[in-house]
Amino acid sequence: MMFGYYLDLALRSLKRNKVLTVLMVLALALGIGAAMTTLTLLTLLSGDPLPGKSGQLYYVQVDPYPKDHPFSHSDKLPWLMTYIDAMNLVRAHRAQRQVAISMSTMKLTPTTTQQRPFFSNGVMTTAEFFSMFEAPFQYGGGWSAADEEGRAKVVVIAESLNNQLFAGADSVGRTLRINDQDYRIIGVLKPWAPQPHFYSLYLGGRDYGDGDTVFVPLQSARAAGMDPVNSFSYEASDRTKLETSTSIWLGVWAQLPDAAAVSSYRSFLTDYAKEQVALGRFQQSRVGLSGLMQWLDDQRVVPDNVRMQNGLAFSFLLICIVNTVGLLLAKCLRRSNEIGVRRALGASRPAIFAQFMVEAGLVGLAGGMLGLLFAEFGLWCIRRQPAEYASLAHLDVSMFASTFAMALAASLVAGILPAWRACAVTPAPQLKSA
Amino acid sequence: MDIRPILFALRRHKLTCCLLVLQIAFTCAIVCNTIFLIGQRLERINLPSGIAENELVYIQLANIGGRPDGKARAAEDMAALRQIPGVTAVALPGEMPFDNGSNNMDIRINPEQHLATLSASQYFGEGVVKTFGVQLVEGRDLRPEEYVDLSDVFVMLANKQYDKLPNSTLITRAMAERMWPGKDPLGKQFYVGAGMPFTVVGVMANLIRPGSNQMNAGAGYSTVWPVRLTLDQGVGYMIRCAPQDRDQVLKSAVEKLKTLDPNRIVLDKGTMEQHRRDFFRNDRAMVGILLGVCIALLVVTALGIVGLASFWVAQRNRSIGVRRALGATRGNILHYFQTENFLLTTMGIALGMVLAYGINLFLIVHYELPRMPAMYFPVGALILWGIGQVAVLGPALRAAAVPPVVATRSV
Repeated sequence: MMFGYYLDLALRSLKRNKVLTVLMVLALALGIGAAMTTLTLLTLLSGDPLPGKSGQLYYVQVDPYPKDHPFSHSDKLPWLMTYIDAMNLVRAHRAQRQVAISMSTMKLTPTTTQQRPFFSNGVMTTAEFFSMFEAPFQYGGGWSAADEEGRAKVVVIAESLNNQLFAGADSVGRTLRINDQDYRIIGVLKPWAPQPHFYSLYLGGRDYGDGDTVFVPLQSARAAGMDPVNSFSYEASDRTKLETSTSIWLGVWAQLPDAAAVSSYRSFLTDYAKEQVALGRFQQSRVGLSGLMQWLDDQRVVPDNVRMQNGLAFSFLLICIVNTVGLLLAKCLRRSNEIGVRRALGASRPAIFAQFMVEAGLVGLAGGMLGLLFAEFGLWCIRRQPAEYASLAHLDVSMFASTFAMALAASLVAGILPAWRACAVTPAPQLKSA
Repeated sequence: MDIRPILFALRRHKLTCCLLVLQIAFTCAIVCNTIFLIGQRLERINLPSGIAENELVYIQLANIGGRPDGKARAAEDMAALRQIPGVTAVALPGEMPFDNGSNNMDIRINPEQHLATLSASQYFGEGVVKTFGVQLVEGRDLRPEEYVDLSDVFVMLANKQYDKLPNSTLITRAMAERMWPGKDPLGKQFYVGAGMPFTVVGVMANLIRPGSNQMNAGAGYSTVWPVRLTLDQGVGYMIRCAPQDRDQVLKSAVEKLKTLDPNRIVLDKGTMEQHRRDFFRNDRAMVGILLGVCIALLVVTALGIVGLASFWVAQRNRSIGVRRALGATRGNILHYFQTENFLLTTMGIALGMVLAYGINLFLIVHYELPRMPAMYFPVGALILWGIGQVAVLGPALRAAAVPPVVATRSV
């Protein structure tokens, strides 16, 4: 079979110039390793936190800031909402589901074990949080709107906390001390940590990493004196009266299943803002309604560092490919004699082209395999970095496959030019000079 | 040396030359920008803080929920901490340098101004200037009688008794220069919130603001206010002592606080130097990555040059022999290849500069980076010329070693 013969020729040719072959493979592997490392990280960080559901989730924004004290210099809408607006919108029930969210630092005191109290990022939110974000329950369930209005001292905890405090047993009905007050556990989640943590954006939580551990009804939490981690205000204000103040500290999400729901919600929102202007609470009737992925994209959740590293790595790969093209080309030009002989003996141009492409492909394959090792090493380095997304950096099967595809594509692209030059060699002059 | 024959020879392998020039151009463009990015990060890592970093330790306590005796307890704690041998000052500030949490406010020079002049960080807490070791360059420190409790400030704000609020404040020189360039800032007023006026009574040489993102909007924009905090309002105790006493003081301080209240949770403690190192961890990691990419790029390019030059030398073995036989010295041959490389590198650099400028424009638009200073272009050019000459030296020496007798042999 011809392919076997080309393979043999390619191997011979690669062996003849060992140093050069090693250089090409190494350069290609470095480029591919770097590109795959950063691409893995980028795909991971810019992924869909709730696949299948994200298309229905919308982030809601209104602008309670006065015209002469705008929220941003570039006319951006405020990231968060005041309590009044958030609760007006949640209670209006104009979307299929709607939630208001804020984060708080909570002190948890274990009652079952002898552990010392510790601090955790807790979520203060409204009843539909779990159904809207499809947080799966292991035991029990969430709270109702009635629990919330009644300021019930109930809490939903994460699996990790349940393991830590109750050794993974069904802890529904048991007690958790939060900030020195007792809360009844009504639900335990299964492991749930959407990446990025889209719902805690601007609320003071982390963007990536482990999930949150404690979920408390918003009104109960506020009644118990829990404060949001982040709040913004255009005037100096009293943090103890957040319910009536102009401070913004809540994120509001709406679940809108189809385009009709989106447009009707948008008009509801516009009407709401106009109404607030008429009431004198707002000066501007601007509103925002962005899909989850759009919102994450606009807010540039993926760290700039990661984007920049990705750009760098791909530039590096490009240079490595140019390098490989140059070396392959130089190599093939030296072999004009050999090509001349083969052509004179009856090898067709496509055959010569194929032969050189096989050689380039071999370099690519070797580069890909080595590149995979480099990518693993690169990801290991990233896991050791002090970033909150560090622990997420792992190569998965599809990335593994794309490494090879990329290596092969890179080397074949690199091989086209030399191979084309090679098959353009005319037999006669080469034979004469030989 | 005449470069015309070299150019003529290069025209015979246009394609490989173009590739090499292209590779050098890409490398040059990326190396320039990478070095610039490294410079930016290093500048951030080495930001002067204006505080006595090597004399400070901190203890962050968890104390959730306002207690009625919070004020008395804070006073008691601080009195006890001051008695520890070696301690020169103690404060309970509302925010700490090299933390990510911060209070920030928009400042206007004129109450009717539409957009704020700048956003500055607010340091609260009694004795912040003395404890942090901030240097006052003009005016005076805040006086003890000016201090008001934060909870009282809240009450005044809620009742709109703005005239009762403390009126004096300290700003940094960086702020003064931005707000009133070339003028004496002492006694000047600025406006916060709904047009509340405050008077500058002192100017600090520098005081770094907390918060990684906020730093980008003016690292030296900090204010200090005569506002006293209670234990649950402050971020933790800051203790100043001699550099060599830090470990001992920190240990005694934690013990003392634990004896005063055994139920306390120490969230974090350490020296300010270590806190600063932790704060810039990501930047340091990024510098490492950028440096790694830079070196890898240069190595790959150098190896590419070595590879191509070796081929050219091998290819021209016979013509080199002929030239040697016709009287060219070894030096002539060496210079020939060196000049050839210099020419190619120069072409690459020229193209690379244009590319580098383009990449910088892209970074300015997408990452809000400043314009790259012109000095990075010659730096990049020098590096590439150097790399090119080093890389070509081996093959060129090999070429120079070709004996004239080769000319008489057939290939």
